[in-house]
Amino acid sequence: MKRASLLGTVRLGVNSLMLHKLRSILTTLGVLFGVSSVIAMLAIGEGASEEAQEQIRKLGSRNVIIRSVKPAEDLVRGGEATRVSSYGLTDTDFARVSETFPGVLRAVPVRQLQQEVRLNDRALNPRVLATTPEYVAVTGRPLSEGRFISVEDQLRFANVCVLGYEVARFLSPFESTLGKRIKIGAEYFTCVGVLLPRVPLGADQPQPGADVTGELFIPLETGRRWFGDIQTKIRSGSREMEEVQLHEIVAESESDEAVPVVAAAAREMLSRQHKQIDYEVVVPLEQLLRAQETKRIFTIVLSSIAAISLLVGGIGIMNVMLATVTERTREIGIRRALGAKKSHIVTQFLVETVVLSIGGGLLGIALGLLIPVLVERFADMRTIVRPTAPLLAFAISAAIGIVFGLYPAWRAANMDPVEALRHE
Amino acid sequence: MSAGEPVADLRDITRVYRMGGHEVRALDGFSFTFKKGEYWSIMGSSGSGKSTLLNLLGCIDRATSGSYRVRGQGIEDLDDDQLSELRSREIGFVFQSYNLIPQLDVLENILVPLFYQDDPPADGEERARMLADRVGLGSRLTHKPMELSGGQQQRVAIARALVNDPAIVLADEATGNLDSKTALEILALFDELHAEGKTILLVTHEPKVGDRAERTLRLRDGRIDEVSENRIGLASGGGAP
Repeated sequence: MKRASLLGTVRLGVNSLMLHKLRSILTTLGVLFGVSSVIAMLAIGEGASEEAQEQIRKLGSRNVIIRSVKPAEDLVRGGEATRVSSYGLTDTDFARVSETFPGVLRAVPVRQLQQEVRLNDRALNPRVLATTPEYVAVTGRPLSEGRFISVEDQLRFANVCVLGYEVARFLSPFESTLGKRIKIGAEYFTCVGVLLPRVPLGADQPQPGADVTGELFIPLETGRRWFGDIQTKIRSGSREMEEVQLHEIVAESESDEAVPVVAAAAREMLSRQHKQIDYEVVVPLEQLLRAQETKRIFTIVLSSIAAISLLVGGIGIMNVMLATVTERTREIGIRRALGAKKSHIVTQFLVETVVLSIGGGLLGIALGLLIPVLVERFADMRTIVRPTAPLLAFAISAAIGIVFGLYPAWRAANMDPVEALRHE
Repeated sequence: MSAGEPVADLRDITRVYRMGGHEVRALDGFSFTFKKGEYWSIMGSSGSGKSTLLNLLGCIDRATSGSYRVRGQGIEDLDDDQLSELRSREIGFVFQSYNLIPQLDVLENILVPLFYQDDPPADGEERARMLADRVGLGSRLTHKPMELSGGQQQRVAIARALVNDPAIVLADEATGNLDSKTALEILALFDELHAEGKTILLVTHEPKVGDRAERTLRLRDGRIDEVSENRIGLASGGGAP
């Protein structure tokens, strides 16, 4: 009987709301937009941070990347047309990192050369990276075909190269580059492998690691033999010569816990060995943690905005329900005279409020689920809708109905029946 | 329950309102007993206390002092819920302005008092349909109040007042908003109900209406001014004059 009468109350509540369709619809809008913006914003935020975290993870969250950076004072000295600036990481640094650092599983050195790469009539200037066989293992780059530089290549100073996917496709769009003779600078190298493409990192930030849009790998010592340590850059009329032994050292830690240890050791060692700050230490794990912290703050900010918008929606509902209660004072008087208990009146108005807010909530969920789909399609952003988001939104909208409906319902129930009946 | 049994027994009822700084005694030591099957009109000029009496009889107001029993049940010790339950079982209200609930149709309006009972009868809807037939609206069960004339709305209200088989039917200026022809029809309906043994208390200030009742209780300054028997009311017993 109780069940049936609750169902009846809901039906009656819907009936009453239908008497003022426009008002009911307008009232639900507050909750609708609140709920949909919660879901949409969380989905977009979640997607963005997930993307950032994934990119950082791809760099290898156990890696510590040490890079050569041209020191600031060198840039200021623009008067000289030609000079050799010598800076950056050294082979000694590498030896220290790979051999003496605790917690380092293995490390790879990377030299970056400025050389034109040519196959037949196609030429480009990718990053030519001279490195060791461990590079693919440490950075987790998968091969598309062929093999990577081998130990034997190293020992024989072999003229072999491995192409990044984009470079391979550029040089030879329609057939495999395996076995082809690629001209790098003035020398010919045999292509022995091609890497799989990697999703480019965020375009607006310079990324640690490698420029993934155009890479080509040759054995470290082969590179040193052919191209030497000094590189010439021609820039706006002046020639700059740089002597950099190593551009990058990627150190892989034994475990996640060892990452901070390795990073600290690297920073300490470098600050002692280098007179100037011509290096930087990039720790993807630190970036990951920072990204997670950013995400946490982002979530808090979004939640606050969402809470405020839902609060506004709730106040809107309460306002309308208070007006409704006043407007229906006489009806309340009639119902009380005919035997309605206070709890009946409370239930009646509470049900109406909850129907309004849940109605708004459900529409808001529908809209909130639609927005991420549109954002993915038209703005090309990744979005992630967690299954908890709509559930949470639904629960919140129901809670809003109860919280903001209680006071109007309580006011209605506590009217004096005699006064209420006299109300015009 | 046999005829003549007291259904509404008021003992030394006083109802004091505080208005501004001073007290108004709307009822002042009022004692009276309405018995089953009686048809009373309660008359008096405005301010005589008849509305207050009606509110007290209908259990939507409480006396400042004195005791009131409905079918032997004292109401002084009842809490709000119990008093509401008592209203839904023992009181039938007929108002001047019909007071139907606009969003409900005829049948639903008639069923409202049963809807609020703790343990509503299983045959409630059947009874409501019968009553709708009885007041001549059996074919309009799904109509909304807005779609009915004033007289028809008042008939629905009377059916609603009877659906819970109340101890007393309280009619407050029940014909006040109706034209004289329709008013006569409604009064004829009350005559019929009286003939069927219902207890009816008709509050009115119109002598013509008051005279239709079996007996008239006249109030003045919150006290009984005069109790009289109406020849027409006694003679009619159900028919129209």
